[in-house]
Amino acid sequence: MDRRHALCTLTALPLVGIRLQAFAAPASGCKFLLVFLRGGLDTTSVVVPVGSEFYYRVRPNIAIGAPGTQADGALPLDSYWGLHPALRETLMPLYAQKQVAFVAFAGTDDVSRSHFETQDSIELGQGLGSGRDFGSGFLNRLASVVAGMNPIAFTEQLPLCMRGEHRIGSMALQSVAKPAIDPRQRDLIASMYAPTRFSVPVGEGFAVREEIMRDLADEADTAGRGAVLPKGFERDAQRMGKLLSESFDLGFIDVGGWDTHVGQGGAKGYLANRLDELGRGLAAFAAEMGPHWRDTTVVLMSEFGRTMRENGNRGTDHGHGTTYILVGGAVRGGRFAGEQQEVTEAGLFQKRDLPVLNEYRAVLGGLFARLYGLRSDQLERVFPGAHARDLQLV
Amino acid sequence: METHAARRTKPVSLFVGYRGYMDYRFLRFVVLLALSLASVAGAALLSACANQSGSASSPPRGAAVAAQSQEQPIDRDAAGLLDRISWGVTASAYQQVRAQGAARWLADQLQPDERASLPPAVQEQIAAMSIERTSLTELVYALEAQRKSAEEITDDAAKKAAQHDYQLELNRLAREAANRELLRDLYSPKQLQEQMTWFWVNHFSVHQQKHLIRAMVGDYERVLRAHALGSFRDLLAVSAHHPAMLTYLDNAQNATGHINENYARELLELHTLGVNGGYTQHDVQELARVLTGFGVNKNDPVASEAPRVRPALAAQYVRIGLFEFNPNRHDYGDKVVLGQTIRGRGASELDEVLDMLSRHPATARNVSRKLAQFFVADEPAPSLVAAMQKEFLRSNGDIAATLRAAFDSPQFAASLHTKFKDPMHFVVSAVRLAYDGKPIVNANPMVNWLNRLGEAPFNHATPDGYSLMESAWDGPGQMAVRFEIAKAIGMGSAGLFKSEGPNAAEKPAFPQLANALYYESTEHNLASATRQVLEQAVSPQEWNLFLLSSPEFMLR
Repeated sequence: MDRRHALCTLTALPLVGIRLQAFAAPASGCKFLLVFLRGGLDTTSVVVPVGSEFYYRVRPNIAIGAPGTQADGALPLDSYWGLHPALRETLMPLYAQKQVAFVAFAGTDDVSRSHFETQDSIELGQGLGSGRDFGSGFLNRLASVVAGMNPIAFTEQLPLCMRGEHRIGSMALQSVAKPAIDPRQRDLIASMYAPTRFSVPVGEGFAVREEIMRDLADEADTAGRGAVLPKGFERDAQRMGKLLSESFDLGFIDVGGWDTHVGQGGAKGYLANRLDELGRGLAAFAAEMGPHWRDTTVVLMSEFGRTMRENGNRGTDHGHGTTYILVGGAVRGGRFAGEQQEVTEAGLFQKRDLPVLNEYRAVLGGLFARLYGLRSDQLERVFPGAHARDLQLV
Repeated sequence: METHAARRTKPVSLFVGYRGYMDYRFLRFVVLLALSLASVAGAALLSACANQSGSASSPPRGAAVAAQSQEQPIDRDAAGLLDRISWGVTASAYQQVRAQGAARWLADQLQPDERASLPPAVQEQIAAMSIERTSLTELVYALEAQRKSAEEITDDAAKKAAQHDYQLELNRLAREAANRELLRDLYSPKQLQEQMTWFWVNHFSVHQQKHLIRAMVGDYERVLRAHALGSFRDLLAVSAHHPAMLTYLDNAQNATGHINENYARELLELHTLGVNGGYTQHDVQELARVLTGFGVNKNDPVASEAPRVRPALAAQYVRIGLFEFNPNRHDYGDKVVLGQTIRGRGASELDEVLDMLSRHPATARNVSRKLAQFFVADEPAPSLVAAMQKEFLRSNGDIAATLRAAFDSPQFAASLHTKFKDPMHFVVSAVRLAYDGKPIVNANPMVNWLNRLGEAPFNHATPDGYSLMESAWDGPGQMAVRFEIAKAIGMGSAGLFKSEGPNAAEKPAFPQLANALYYESTEHNLASATRQVLEQAVSPQEWNLFLLSSPEFMLR
């Protein structure tokens, strides 16, 4: 990949990853956030094929109406696709500003339709067929080939995609609380570890927490003045925005609750409520990033899409192809990217699901190559054996 | 800050009412004096000191003397031995090892007395649990009825509420299993068996979040415990027939014409031979064929029809609890696994394969190495693994014999105090140290800590189980959280004595860690940097925080 395409001022490493300096000056350049929607989001309800007669035929109870056909119909994206109306105030304005792009018919070649199997194989990013190394995820490998990265997982456990040789910290944002250890105790504890092999992680551990608390300090002030803080994902997203704009540059968070086998609803209902929350989170994140938003890329992805046909419980079952959503000031948006086809009965994969025309390692590999100016040998480390495709997403 | 200032001016009055900080210094003086005067009677004296805080009665003097006379090198480090063989040193266990001698204590641990029981207060908590009072089969029948009645509700909102209740019940059962496991780890006298139970649950790992596994993990742990120090062949059979495993690795879906290789692959890769154990993709496919028809039936046979089976095969149908072998779903062709022809004939094909796998040298090596990683070092010496492998093969997969080969090795004795505690060992050893002889009433805070540290019971998403290596657990976030947990335990405000339910109040109490055990067994192993910090503690609670946060406490 040509270095001139690199958006960011970070430098790709020539060799094996070096250890990052703990909380030196934040790396200037791009900010990347992966939002993993666990449970198999029904992206057909998010990015709706309003031009497909087949879609309306097989989803008699849960389809989203075409734009203009009803008060809460889909919002027009182009002549064929529409956006879920729950995203009217949040994602739609960003789309209008050309900061949202969609990669429909995306996903993995894994056809197990198992949440775990598919999430794992995506997060490991090692390709199918080979022996899997559960100790090496693709975001960790990315952090090892790009110099100066300061990654973090906003989760309790380090997710598979961030496991590996590059040391990455994690901290869930739901339970951010003032550290119980006061500064005097912190210094005393650190002094016990000075002569040991743990002195670096102990020092970094205190530093990460302080970094997070410092970045989030004015949140407490806001609350102290009686302002109502947002809840759930919106609050977490706001915190992520603060942390990614101030200290970190590669983030991961997962959001669950998308496994809608029963009563998923249409323009209103369960899924609409979850999408509303997700959209508000993205808007809050964008606002919090401030001037960094123009250098930001957020990728929202789920392990698979769901069946085209609704099931007997007004829900949908595990499917295959899904739609990736890219949001951010760095995104070349307002459009669909990648291979596409019409949504028809004949075009279904195994007569039930959307097909995968845009394999995730190719898509993300192409994206990372443009963002970080990765050479082909570095791409090969991030996604071994994959053939990156440049969809000019940024 | 207030206490810090107060300490400078009025150090003694601050601790009036505690048997606290200043008292410990006096206690240390007494203990050290006594030990130097009469080292042979050390164990008896120690127990006398500990009796001040209401611990167990002193062992017969004769026993202590006898143990002393045939003292082995390992006898001189009872605390180190306990930190490795048990879930963590406690005052009472320390006395027991000193009294019995390490060799005798270790032999008891390897072959535990079935009559050795939990303290009554702990046994009562466990006996009240649904997972103790109701069989797995009955639990699942009830859950299935609950699920089906929820499904029949036509109103979407009411259906969602009913389904929510169903999920809460599943969560409750998983919570019980986690609580029971932790209570046993804390208070069971059969400590090695409890460690091995965790080891096997982790080796044959299942993830509670899938389907009904939350209801199954309690039973899964129970049956693995029964064989934890027994034969590997039995352990393998238990996991291969348990609904939790058959569900988790999708073998319940594996049927002739609809092959699912998931379990077959992990059975070879993780449970037996190991990833470089010499099997091929073809072996995986053939083993998957052997495994066809082994599944789970969640229907109460009284209330539902039995699956239809061709008359010629009906006699081969097996139903034991939730486990089902359905001949209609089995591939009756011959298979070749690892070069051995398995004549197609039904359920006994799997027995033949498990025999072969459990006796395979690659399995012996893979399991021995993993045991050595758990009990000796992240990178165990090849000679140690070879000795264990040899014993595994000689004893036909006897786990106690294989462990004995490890424990008798010079590498084991040399490795004490060097293995980094994973979160389970950190959390459990801290609570054991703090509340030996004073059983906690609520293990939920421990589950929450383990969740924060990423090693909660039955919660590893992938089939490889939690890592046994230091590098998985010594990251920055991990260490920072450990210190906060150390503080919660050290301050006594952790919620461990707060019973469930409304208006439950916790009696404020903090543990006494600066005790006879500390001065006898711990202090001399501390680095000077650690001792200097402990001396700067301004309260006994803070002293606890520093001890539980010390580098030495992170090692076992």
